[in-house]
Amino acid sequence: MSSAFAEAFLLIGSFDASLAGIIALSLKVSLSAVLLASAIGLPLGAALAVARFPGRQALIVALNALMGLPPVVVGLVVYLLLSRAGPLGEFGLLFTPRAMVIAQTLLVLPIIAALARQAVEDAWREYEEQLRSLGVAEFDAALTLLWDIRFSLLTAVLAGLGRASAEVGAVMIVGGNIDGVTRVMTTAIALETSKGDLPLALALGMVLIAIVLALNAAATLLKEAAERRYG
Amino acid sequence: MNRRSILPLRLEGVCFGARGRTIIDRVSVELDSGPSTIILGANGAGKSVLMRICHGLLAPTAGTVRWSASQRAGGARRQAMVFQRPVMLRRSALANVGYALAFAGVPTGEREPLALEALESVGLAHLAQRPARVLSGGEQQRLALARAWALHPEVLFLDEPTASLDPGATREIEAVIRAFDAAGTKIVMATHNLGQARRIGDEVLFLHQGRLAERTPVERFFSHPASAEAEAFIRGELPWTLGNGGSR
Repeated sequence: MSSAFAEAFLLIGSFDASLAGIIALSLKVSLSAVLLASAIGLPLGAALAVARFPGRQALIVALNALMGLPPVVVGLVVYLLLSRAGPLGEFGLLFTPRAMVIAQTLLVLPIIAALARQAVEDAWREYEEQLRSLGVAEFDAALTLLWDIRFSLLTAVLAGLGRASAEVGAVMIVGGNIDGVTRVMTTAIALETSKGDLPLALALGMVLIAIVLALNAAATLLKEAAERRYG
Repeated sequence: MNRRSILPLRLEGVCFGARGRTIIDRVSVELDSGPSTIILGANGAGKSVLMRICHGLLAPTAGTVRWSASQRAGGARRQAMVFQRPVMLRRSALANVGYALAFAGVPTGEREPLALEALESVGLAHLAQRPARVLSGGEQQRLALARAWALHPEVLFLDEPTASLDPGATREIEAVIRAFDAAGTKIVMATHNLGQARRIGDEVLFLHQGRLAERTPVERFFSHPASAEAEAFIRGELPWTLGNGGSR
């Protein structure tokens, strides 16, 4: 067991090329998915926080429930959509990194939108009278709030990133874990563990945790600096 | 500016209720330019709600609120409100005033000079680049007044603007309110500070349990209130404003 750890550290230290490729693809897929999901989810959450329409409460409940979407189910749905016989089959996206980005975007979107909705709604409670007094319409108010609490929204984005980088099920199903093409850290860990190559699995696991930790630390520092600066 | 004035403001039979409770009960009143109007009344008498109805933040459940001219002429609302707790955006003091100007339809290039002038008029020009949220409570309230000042409103509503401020900051706020008055802005203010009511106001609207109990010039209100409720209120409130403790 301890020798597995030692070998894992050696692997990280030697900076194996295939290891680096797996890490790079993981980051590329998860960061793209989070970027896309943020571009859609943050405005969506803000709109849902500010707008009043029939069925709003039901939509919020549904959105919150979708936060717990099982990755394998998302993977299955995207698989059906992208498979040769599926409605989007002609694009030939299945078993490509793009398919993995699509699946992770769908997986992460409800998380980012739901958390943004909550944060913007809390801010709206504080700002509403003042903004309406200034004659700011709902749509502009939503944009104003998004910008004003942008550093708090980092938390929502980070939650999405945590989910995306940690999940195996969706990328496994739509990516296929093809060596050198669609193999990412989580699918590699699952594979190496089942093969019995514990040092490589451990090395990947440690890198994954280190990356997530570093991103969270950077975000926390940024948020604190912003709070000191802007109050 | 020779646009038609939005004043007088006419309220007719205005009622407001929430969760089965009547907060404003058949208030009819006409507010015209000129005298500064102070709204007095005990906690829960409906002062804040009445001002929010006038300002358009709340819709009355019955009755009508009518301004004499359209509110949206030229994009600006021509009325402003300063709240007990100022709400500032996470940007500089100057940008907060500029934000209000943007939504009042002022073109981009004209905003900054107008915003700076407004900050100067409340004595905050030296803090223009400071993030608004790190200013002190008194400074933030003056910034809220600068934001209103930049809009050149015909009517300024103030909801207990000094309730959470110390005496020094209160004096500064009152000076700015008097400047608004001198510039021809109609002042409508709710306050708990009877000294302040005397210093700023020309007339008092006294609310009791959501009804307009009386409307009296300010000096007569304190010496000879017309209603029994107002008399009881002054007797109850004055010892408290003199600092004899919270015996209410």
